[in-house]
Amino acid sequence: MSEPLLRVTDLQVEFQLARGILRAVDGASFEVQPGEALGLVGESGSGKTMALRALVGLLPRTARIAGGSIEIDGEDIVRADESRRRELRGHSVSMIFQEPMTALNPVMRVGDQIAEGPLVRLGLTRRRARERAVELMRLVGIPDPLRRAEAYPHELSGGLRQRVMIAIALSSDPKLILCDEPTTALDVTIQDQILKLLRSLQERLGVTLVFVSHDLAVIAQTCSSVAVMYAGQVVETGRVEAVFREPRHPYTLGLLRSVPDFDLVHERLSSIPGAPPDLAAPPPGCRFHPRCSFAREDCIHGDFPLLQLEHARATACIHHDVCAEDVRREPVIADA
Amino acid sequence: MPEPLLEVRGLAMHYPLRGGLGRRLRGRAAEVLRAVDGVDLEIVKGETLGLVGESGCGKSTLGRCIVGLEEPTAGEIRYAGELLSAQREKATRRRIQMVFQDPYSSLNPRMTVRQTLAELLRAHEMVPKKQIDARCEELLELVGLPARALDAHPRQFSGGQRQRVSIARALALEPELLVADEPVSALDVSVQATVLNLLDELREKLGLTVLLIAHNMAVVRHVCDRVAAMYLGRIVETTETQELFTNPRHPYTQGLLAAVPRLVPGRSSEAVAVAGDPPSPIDLPTGCRFHPRCPIAQEPLCSERDPVLESGPDRPGHLAACHFAWGEPVPAHVPEIIQEAT
Repeated sequence: MSEPLLRVTDLQVEFQLARGILRAVDGASFEVQPGEALGLVGESGSGKTMALRALVGLLPRTARIAGGSIEIDGEDIVRADESRRRELRGHSVSMIFQEPMTALNPVMRVGDQIAEGPLVRLGLTRRRARERAVELMRLVGIPDPLRRAEAYPHELSGGLRQRVMIAIALSSDPKLILCDEPTTALDVTIQDQILKLLRSLQERLGVTLVFVSHDLAVIAQTCSSVAVMYAGQVVETGRVEAVFREPRHPYTLGLLRSVPDFDLVHERLSSIPGAPPDLAAPPPGCRFHPRCSFAREDCIHGDFPLLQLEHARATACIHHDVCAEDVRREPVIADA
Repeated sequence: MPEPLLEVRGLAMHYPLRGGLGRRLRGRAAEVLRAVDGVDLEIVKGETLGLVGESGCGKSTLGRCIVGLEEPTAGEIRYAGELLSAQREKATRRRIQMVFQDPYSSLNPRMTVRQTLAELLRAHEMVPKKQIDARCEELLELVGLPARALDAHPRQFSGGQRQRVSIARALALEPELLVADEPVSALDVSVQATVLNLLDELREKLGLTVLLIAHNMAVVRHVCDRVAAMYLGRIVETTETQELFTNPRHPYTQGLLAAVPRLVPGRSSEAVAVAGDPPSPIDLPTGCRFHPRCPIAQEPLCSERDPVLESGPDRPGHLAACHFAWGEPVPAHVPEIIQEAT
């Protein structure tokens, strides 16, 4: 296996609150091979967005990286000094946000916003940078790019704005693109267009993607592997088809049994009882045990690191065989 | 078909746009946003009808007209045969209630649950004064919340619990028709199921009729008996759920289904399901409103003639508004086989 482009090990992100310390991300580990797409999936509060923001240094002011390492191409950016960190992030990582209207500059023409990367990061001349911007707009499927480059964000539809965001993300030739729920604010037909665009760009340009979403099907559509997050930790990882077909963690299974989906079998939707824990005072032992129907005595105490399984899979559940047995009895994915 | 509980005929809701003075002075008509533009719809007693479509298609506006929150520009709404206007008698208002999308902004943050419910029970004289407290507890039990929640404020609840309170509020008036506008889309995935199941249970227990407004096709397939798909202010297709998902006839419905991301990657279509952006409801396309994005549109037919919503030759309950819904040519792309709903 080749060296991963991104390797996150035991990442900790802390918030300093009046009532104490809140660990939004508490020991998350995952890695992505070059040219691959990894999905980070979980509910709100699972730490998926904070983990992503830690990678680009966009954490809120009250949060900080409290431990662990983030290696991009083998170089740890947590330990690097500030200027090196900026250089690494600026040249190799870019980000696509959920809300293109708030992420774009409202008073700058979109062509100029796309040209900024080539101008500053790649050192092109103003004229070449403009040409590059129009090329990128064509690449992301914006019709009539020469004219649209003169438009302001409010003059574009939601779908076109998200295409502009993607063009900006591509503009400085990054190795790694981070996507934070890029289609959540869009309608289903536009979401479909953007997901298919991202997939084809990833295949054609060979960029590496990390894709955050709460929607399992969106992850399945865009990513080759997945890391499921719960209460600040990664609880299961593996290839998308394997994890969704035969989940080995009760939380993943619970999610699959609770969402209505065209490809899932359910008589009745069964929800996960209870609510995610308060991260300022997480439960001891496995964090999912208070909501888990398979929980036993030994789930209540101790640490639950990822256990390596066959086929490059891993789970934090020590009773993953019980989970697998349950899926064998009652499959989650409907046969075509 | 049994007698409908609610009947909507030719309903239109047009909003005049501000700042049209210059246009009018130059002798041109003021601009109008046609949110709902000629909708016919029937809801049968006891069924759950799903209303689907993308944002801006007018589905929420239609729901608001039905509840009486908007006075429609044209058309009529009949409830059990009786004509309804937006100004309704208390007794009529009570029969149609609404659950809103965002449980964070649709509950009064300064009122406890008890105050919210008691106010309604008092104003509509639903129960004798002495029984108000008992009825409040009953309502909470109905939506699966403990009686101690009565004295809590909305901020003390999670999103799912708030949505239960909103449902209890709608049920306080013992409605016959419940309009639920995206009741789960603001909630976390693991909580959505509980609210959907609750709506289903209540329908059975109380004999409710439900109009579920949603954009999520999988949710609709799971809970609805019948579905109506809307595009730019019009209903483009309506039929039983099973039929709509296995035999969609309108190219827009086909596109909507093909656009749903699939958990099994191989089951989604390679091609983009529907190209382009929806046109503005201020400047609607001529002829069939879907023709600029339609993969099977034919000129000049589709840009000139407005298709009518009509049923298939051997499918009386299946209506579609496409020139080619029931004849040649064959639709360009039919989504992958979708599992039969259980």
